[in-house]
Amino acid sequence: MGNIIVKDLHKFYKKFSNKHKFLTLKSAFLSKTLFSDLKSDEVFAALKGVSFDVKKGKTVSIIGENGSGKSTLLKILAGISKPSKGEVVTEGRISALIELGAGFHPEISGRENIFINGSILGLSKKRIEEKLEDIIKFAELEDFIDNPVKTYSSGMYMRLGFSIAINVDPDILLIDEVLAVGDASFVPKCLDKINEFKRKGKTIIFVSHDLGTVERISDKVIWIKDGKIFKQGYPKRITDAYLEYIGKKDEEKASADHQNKEAEGSLDKEKRWGSRDVEITNVKMRDGKGNEKYVFSYDEPLSIEFDVNSKRKEKDFVFGMGILNYEGVNCYGSNTHIENFKSNEISGKGKVRINIPSLNLVNGTYFLNLAVHKRDGFPFDYHHFLYTFKVVSIHRDIGIARVSHEWDFSENIKIKLKK
Amino acid sequence: MLESIKELYRYRQLLFVMVSRELKAKYRGTVLGFFWSFMNPILLVTVYSIVFGLIFQPKYAEMEKSIYYSVFFFTGILPWTWFSSSVLESANVLIAHGSLIKKINFPVEILPMMVVITNMVHFILGVPVLIIAFLILGKSLSIWVLFLPIAMFVQFIFTMGLAFFISALTVHFRDIKDILVNLITLWFFVTPIIYPFSFEPIQNSKFLKLFLSLNPMTHIVEAYQYLFFYGTLPHYKKLIVTLIVGLILFYLGYKLFDKLRDTFVEEV
Repeated sequence: MGNIIVKDLHKFYKKFSNKHKFLTLKSAFLSKTLFSDLKSDEVFAALKGVSFDVKKGKTVSIIGENGSGKSTLLKILAGISKPSKGEVVTEGRISALIELGAGFHPEISGRENIFINGSILGLSKKRIEEKLEDIIKFAELEDFIDNPVKTYSSGMYMRLGFSIAINVDPDILLIDEVLAVGDASFVPKCLDKINEFKRKGKTIIFVSHDLGTVERISDKVIWIKDGKIFKQGYPKRITDAYLEYIGKKDEEKASADHQNKEAEGSLDKEKRWGSRDVEITNVKMRDGKGNEKYVFSYDEPLSIEFDVNSKRKEKDFVFGMGILNYEGVNCYGSNTHIENFKSNEISGKGKVRINIPSLNLVNGTYFLNLAVHKRDGFPFDYHHFLYTFKVVSIHRDIGIARVSHEWDFSENIKIKLKK
Repeated sequence: MLESIKELYRYRQLLFVMVSRELKAKYRGTVLGFFWSFMNPILLVTVYSIVFGLIFQPKYAEMEKSIYYSVFFFTGILPWTWFSSSVLESANVLIAHGSLIKKINFPVEILPMMVVITNMVHFILGVPVLIIAFLILGKSLSIWVLFLPIAMFVQFIFTMGLAFFISALTVHFRDIKDILVNLITLWFFVTPIIYPFSFEPIQNSKFLKLFLSLNPMTHIVEAYQYLFFYGTLPHYKKLIVTLIVGLILFYLGYKLFDKLRDTFVEEV
């Protein structure tokens, strides 16, 4: 009970064009080619030969980009869709947390919907009656259970759905991204419940984009790419590789964006202004090794580089930079004047580099502002919201900046960093 | 097939829950609630009685009083409503419950069955109203009324077979829904509901007689008319043939449904 064996699993999706359908309606009845017409020549392969097995009691996470085939795989494991080729063996009762609250009728009370959803999930009426109080209590809906479901908030709806699904008491639990939609206080409760399942020796398959949770709960991670297993193994190793891969991909995109911005920049008056007596051009961001890059880890060294060109001799000039987050909140800003540089003279071409040992920002997309101006603010060249870069972090901390910190506890507090 | 029937037996609780969900949901939020299931036929038969008894006053040889025509009509329209609602709703049922098919390992055949059974329950709730209407209008009922379940069984098999066909095919050919709406209206008029099969113009025309006889609903509706209105033994030979046709349709319908089952996940 609880073992899963997947052997050389393929899944093809047929594509039907509408025109094709329209033709068949008539011809299907006339020429009796209904079945052959329902076969299509256009085929899309969602899974291309996936094999793995999961031993009872193990938790395996499946990660991968959107459209990589994770959800298809989960649906086949759940028995919702059938493999086109290959074999899937699952031992024991399966509960799939793919759609919570399936069959809920909005006009009917929560209590009655428990019986509907429970029956759909394969629970007997007797078993639902036994579990009824547990389900309501876990969903924290004691006061609302006799109200129609249409009056529930989406959080309440999800809690009830999760609570029923989890009470099916499966041997194998399949979890899709469902946890992502829960309200903040309910998610830890769900994770606790999942951990309880782990302790009871149930097999869990977890599909998620949330790498932090993936690392925390799984024994093994499978990375699916283009319908095949790309990498699998020890969670930390795979998630790190995945994060790096995603980073690289974002990098390419951000780099392309950057090039475009540069080309547009000179035209966009809203975003660039000044007399241009001193001009900033060729803005680049580089990592510690000097490679051009626009996606950084929160703790990575980086440098901002740009060329300057002064048309005539200028004695009064200040270089400034600012980093803003996507909401336009200023995260950090400074200039050479604030930092007590005394400007003597600039003429002709030059180069400026700002070295940052570590950004210490949280996950997200940021804007970079650059400027050169006189001390009184007279603008030579302002680059406003012209450059973007991304910070990726495995931490899920919040705020504007990641303030460096360490936790320290006295002996009697039993607390430990999870692996 | 036998396996499938066993499977269905396993899902009886689910079927029961789904049917009661439909019934509960239907009148939830209304003041009269479940009472509407009786109210609808009561209002209907009252309107018929006024229209035919007081205004139209049709005269046929076999209707001793013209007001009897209202219960004749009612006897036919009640099973017809069960049939037509089932057929129309089954065209939509798989698409409407797409999330159950796509996201849950759900026995799909429950859905067309749910439609037919839910409408059957509405029919059953109409039967007492029909009986009371007979009593009020002073038309006596015979012992043959007790054979009602036989007519219902034949109708159930036939309707269910059609519902399997329609629900499975509509997933692939959505036009069926629109075709059905028109087809059902036409079908209504070629079924002896507003006129008796013994109506002279039909009996005198070989073509009309044959045409109506080829319609299984003719024999099913007639069975109800025999049991209630004429109070005699139904035309059991025709009914047996209809049952056989119904069973063949049921078998083929289920087979097609089963064959297309795996395509539903991707197509609804």
